[in-house]
Amino acid sequence: MLKRTIPLLITALAGAILIVAYFSPATTNWGEVVTDWMNTLAAVAFILGGGNLLFVNLEKISSRRAGWAYAAVTLLAFVVTLTFGIFKIGAVPNPQFPATPWAGDYESVRAPFGWVYEYVLSPLTATMFAMLAFYVASAAFRAFRAKNIEAILLLGTAFVILLGRTAAAGILTGWIPVDGPFAILRLDTLAVNIMQYVSTAGTRAVMMGIALGIAATSLRLILGLDRSYLVSD
Amino acid sequence: MSRPRLVWFALFILGGIGLAYNAFVRPHGMAQVFVERSEKTYIEAEIAPPIGAPKGEKPTTKWLASGDPALADGTAVAVPDQARVVVTKTDNVAPRIARERIANGEAAVSLSIIDSIGLWIAAFFTLAIFSFLWRDNPVYKFAESILVGVSAAYWMTLGFWATLVPNLFAKLAPETVKAWSMPSLPVDADGSLTPFFLALVPLILGLMLLMRLSPKGGWISVWPLAFIIGTTAGLKFVAFIEGDLMAQASNTITPLVALQDGQLQLGDSFGNVVLLVGVLSVLTYFFFSIEYKGRLGTMVGKVSRVGIWYLMITFGAAFGLTVMGRITLLSQRLEFLFGDWLWIIDPANVR
Repeated sequence: MLKRTIPLLITALAGAILIVAYFSPATTNWGEVVTDWMNTLAAVAFILGGGNLLFVNLEKISSRRAGWAYAAVTLLAFVVTLTFGIFKIGAVPNPQFPATPWAGDYESVRAPFGWVYEYVLSPLTATMFAMLAFYVASAAFRAFRAKNIEAILLLGTAFVILLGRTAAAGILTGWIPVDGPFAILRLDTLAVNIMQYVSTAGTRAVMMGIALGIAATSLRLILGLDRSYLVSD
Repeated sequence: MSRPRLVWFALFILGGIGLAYNAFVRPHGMAQVFVERSEKTYIEAEIAPPIGAPKGEKPTTKWLASGDPALADGTAVAVPDQARVVVTKTDNVAPRIARERIANGEAAVSLSIIDSIGLWIAAFFTLAIFSFLWRDNPVYKFAESILVGVSAAYWMTLGFWATLVPNLFAKLAPETVKAWSMPSLPVDADGSLTPFFLALVPLILGLMLLMRLSPKGGWISVWPLAFIIGTTAGLKFVAFIEGDLMAQASNTITPLVALQDGQLQLGDSFGNVVLLVGVLSVLTYFFFSIEYKGRLGTMVGKVSRVGIWYLMITFGAAFGLTVMGRITLLSQRLEFLFGDWLWIIDPANVR
């Protein structure tokens, strides 16, 4: 009862009420109120995440498992950054309320928390994503073979988009007159047309498919047909 | 020493020599951040209600910079016995201009040691992550550990200050939060602050969610989870049907023949046909998953094949754009290393 029936009822009622509320002018803002609540719950979930990070790393350090020194580095970075942020250490005073230290701007690069973001987190995340350039290129080189029409279309489009959106378009096909009958063959024009018509058609159909899929999944959850989130005894 | 190690050792030595040359021999060095510091005094002032304001309206208090015109013309009057607060403002200055101003004896402009160290740390982490291209190594693992710890703390801090404080604490105890950290919290028409007790719902649900950490009461956390799943299902059902399915279908159903000032636009008309054929054929491929046999089956199969071609072109375009995005990020990192850190490239001539 407590572990299965009540959670199922909560899911069904919450979902159904929000769907019905959308159709009444008096209750259309319920969605916004609930979104605020969910943001609050997500912030609470961060505490769970932080607790889990502490637990996993402390356990690794205490049992001296392989790589425990890295766990210590993670913990140190976590605790230092969290202390800077939560306590707004060195926050830049807010010019509108300079006498209220807790109203200060902790995200400014002049504050320790903002400094950590600017010089540690931002370069680390940007470089992580930048590295994907190498792996995408390497994976594409190994996986893509133009052995049938579908593969040729995929590869050809990728090349046209890559060339058409860079200076290479001008160098390779810039000599074709813009107003002439063969203007469509200019790489930049071709890239624009592919994006505007063919790619839009594909994306549109994919979006419609996703929307139907999400609607079906939502209904399954609200009607209690999908119970995978419940606790198993 | 093995050959790869020898190569890396030589590379490190060469890199070190290059850095030393850049930092100490080149006329302007490298990786320096200059700032200008200025101090501003703020005074708490009382501003009288505007002319025509309702009778009995109280004057408002506001912090104003000491040179504010409102203080000079008497619109605002400094609160008696109120301490003045001095705030130091720090702005970045381009290195070339900073050197000139320092040479002219401007004491407000100086080298920012903390920001310059920050540049070196950022460069170290950039190179540490790039070192993974060689292979997994302790320097990369160190940078990765820092990334995990810092990003977890970063999102927790944002969750606290940007969500919990304004959405939860400020609603339950507005007076306290206004005095503590949100002085700009709007007040009611009568100047008071009314608690909004409906905010207790997410607080209770949040506390129930934390029961997951308890060994025996873990099942209680399923209730808020059920609430999150139910509300997400309800919200997404409506949002996706309205925002994606209906909107995309509506955008697709447009006149195929494009006219402008009564003239047939051949290119646009052809484009509209291509678009409609594409959407219908891809949807046929997605939803009519029947065996491609018989007259109808063969026809569906052919239309689906066209749909697959459209999808391949869409994926190709997405792939091309993704590669471009990543290469842009890569070039930005290289620009940081060779520009901001090493000062080797300087197209704007600011260093």
